[in-house]
Amino acid sequence: MSVQELEKEQAPKHVQLGLTGWLRWAWRTLTSMKTALILLFLLALGSVPGSLVPQRGVDPDKVALLYQQNPTLAEWYDRFQLFEVFSSTWYAAVYLLLFTSLIGCIIPRTATYLRELRRKPPAAPKNLSRLPHFASFESGLTASEAAWRLRKRRFRVVTGDGWVSAEKGYLRETGNLLFHIALLGILFSVGFGSLYGYRGNVLVVEGDGFANTVAAYDRFIPGNQVSAESLEPFSFQLSDLKVAYQLTGEKRGQALDYTARLKVNDHPGSPARDYDLKVNSPLEVDGTQLYLIGNGYAPVFKITDGKGQVAYEGPVPCLIEDKATMTSGCVVKVPDAQPSQLGFLLRFLPTSVPLTDGTYASAFPADVNPQVEILGAFSGDLGVNSGKPQSVYTLAEPEVLRKLKRLFMGSNTPKPLAVGQSVDLPDGLGKLEFTGVKKWITLQTSYDPGRMPALVAAGTAVIAIMLSLLIRRRRVFVRVKEGGTVDVGGLTRTEGNVAGFHEEFAEIVKVLSAGDKDVR
Amino acid sequence: MSAEQLAGLSDLFVVAAVLLYVFAMVGFAIELAFGRARPDRIAGRPSDGVAESADQQVTVKEPVAVGAGAGSAGDVVTAAGPLVASGGGPVDPSEPGTGTAMAGKVALGLAWLGWAANLAAIVSRGLAVERWPWGNMYEFVVAISFAAVTAFLFTQLRHSVRFLGPFVMVTAALGLGLAVKVFYTSAGPVVPALDSYWIAIHVTAAIIASGLLTLAGVAGILYLVRGDGMSRLPSRDDLERVAHRAIVFAFPVWTFAVIAGALWADRAWGRYWGWDPKEIWSFITWVAYAAYLHARVTAGWRGRAATIVQLLAFGCLLFNLIGVNVFISGLHSYADV
Repeated sequence: MSVQELEKEQAPKHVQLGLTGWLRWAWRTLTSMKTALILLFLLALGSVPGSLVPQRGVDPDKVALLYQQNPTLAEWYDRFQLFEVFSSTWYAAVYLLLFTSLIGCIIPRTATYLRELRRKPPAAPKNLSRLPHFASFESGLTASEAAWRLRKRRFRVVTGDGWVSAEKGYLRETGNLLFHIALLGILFSVGFGSLYGYRGNVLVVEGDGFANTVAAYDRFIPGNQVSAESLEPFSFQLSDLKVAYQLTGEKRGQALDYTARLKVNDHPGSPARDYDLKVNSPLEVDGTQLYLIGNGYAPVFKITDGKGQVAYEGPVPCLIEDKATMTSGCVVKVPDAQPSQLGFLLRFLPTSVPLTDGTYASAFPADVNPQVEILGAFSGDLGVNSGKPQSVYTLAEPEVLRKLKRLFMGSNTPKPLAVGQSVDLPDGLGKLEFTGVKKWITLQTSYDPGRMPALVAAGTAVIAIMLSLLIRRRRVFVRVKEGGTVDVGGLTRTEGNVAGFHEEFAEIVKVLSAGDKDVR
Repeated sequence: MSAEQLAGLSDLFVVAAVLLYVFAMVGFAIELAFGRARPDRIAGRPSDGVAESADQQVTVKEPVAVGAGAGSAGDVVTAAGPLVASGGGPVDPSEPGTGTAMAGKVALGLAWLGWAANLAAIVSRGLAVERWPWGNMYEFVVAISFAAVTAFLFTQLRHSVRFLGPFVMVTAALGLGLAVKVFYTSAGPVVPALDSYWIAIHVTAAIIASGLLTLAGVAGILYLVRGDGMSRLPSRDDLERVAHRAIVFAFPVWTFAVIAGALWADRAWGRYWGWDPKEIWSFITWVAYAAYLHARVTAGWRGRAATIVQLLAFGCLLFNLIGVNVFISGLHSYADV
């Protein structure tokens, strides 16, 4: 818009009447209701792919999957920015045009409205019986008395020679304008929040801690204006996670409650406070929110290598493979093992039960009878030091995996291990011991300075839209004729509320026709 | 009574509600079928907007226009008249005193009974599970059917909208049938994410808005089905008025429902708006109904075009309430479909 306005200002200097005319035409077209309607449709239509195509900001794994499965389609999607619809240029073009159109509509309407607020209601028409609402009665009502009674009903009143003109419902347009301004407020709040806010995800195992620094996050999404120093320096320790499950009935195994017990230090050096983090009650530290997003199991292993040294000891977070039973897949890499590196593919069963065909499965999500099933054990160079980026949740690339020596695989895998049990690796290469079970939680921290402004704007929008849609602008006219006949006429131009006004009009007529004593 | 017994009772009430709605539908349909045919417009009756009544008789050259738009001062305004002080409630569809009117009255009684059964189903379900009874798709659809019937019956208390009866009843019966046949979920607790007081605020608002919008959608479909001229179906003016009024009430409620959802998301998911499929579709629905409200005041869009916009918006609403849960996975997918 600014460019357009700039050009608009410069245009007369060029003495090109055609250009000004053209610009005026463009501005008028943009701010017309029809254009606004078309833009609204485009906005709705443009949002649709955002729900059908996986979005990078919401589900990056699905985007990666699509690239694997159908690279050509993914390329085309990417060309049209369909993986990030809501930050794409074409989507921005639609909503910026819409808001420009909105501003172009609000400003002149506000000016008109302000003029209207200062103007008095117009004189009463000569023949009130022509109005949509009309009543006539005989009484000794004077014009000034009628005006007083209408003023009591909070009408804005003008009187003349034997007539009264009254108007009410100015808040309708106030609501209308305020609603549209509030929408602009929401847009600016969201924009502000995404510039100065950040989000981060982190996985924490029971007993471990977290300090709010960029490096501590597994995934960190900062706004453009966020620097490493702008993070609140809080830290916490995860004591434990308690999960309650439904034990009986058809919903057996459904999670009922997650409670992560934290010891939180709001600032470095400040005393630790206890906090029970739950799904619907985030922890707030100086405007930064901390949310409990997910959880899982991290069995603890002690791995001794071929030389008898402890090459690894600690919990290994496993990825959930089946949510209903919390059956999880684990990858353990032991790059420090001697004489050769070790790698394990394991399956964690929280409540292990043997099946009739000799395999094992988890029957319940809680760790009632935790066991670890060895799916495969390998020795050889895992390629950890190759310099390529590695995922902790996959053992190795297929080409690396092929070169490894298989210690356990397929039919020669041992029985699942219970806590405290261990298995010796073939060829004296070492020992795997399952020593305990811990849980992990995933947390999201978010800092969004646009939150409160957005809430205020949204609250304003709701109240304003109610004023705008539910209040009607109405006028009531009274003419006192000679001989004591009083004519009352009323009209409203608000659509859809005629029936309501009919009742109000009848009420007004009742008040006006009532004798002196009945008037409250 | 034990939780299982209450849950069983709730299921019985749902079946009772379906049957009562079907009987009520038959009664309303008899009234409509044997009643009097109506023209597509009702002449000589005050229309909603002054500008709307194109068949004006009188032109008043006074700036009596209430400024609904920009710069209306001194405009020449047309007013429908001359009329006595009688507002325009839709007229009763049938002539009084005939057997058809009796069928309509019986149908209305049956509809109220069905409504009571529907309410009893929701309350007993809530008592059985000891939480707000809209934690999954089954409970949600039962509640929306209830809201739609409530919107119809409570409107009927003040203005005669019996002509909508057969169509609202069939919609409610189909809704309940869909809930029982496709979405049925046995009574039980909800996942921790749903265990919040926000369910009472956000989902209730969504249900109320959806009920009203369903009423508007039914009226909109009839508007398109009904041809010009005489028909046994209600007049276009009546249909449009009912639809518009329902949307005018529903739109702020829907706006509130979306914002309450954002507030809940801010508590539960770590952001108030994250373009989750459900969020996207509730936004699309909101934009589409906003488009309808704008279309109503745009020249050349009033009437048929606005009704088509309204129905497109209603389609978005239905897809959002049901389609998103069935076809697209997202954060709202815990609804047990």
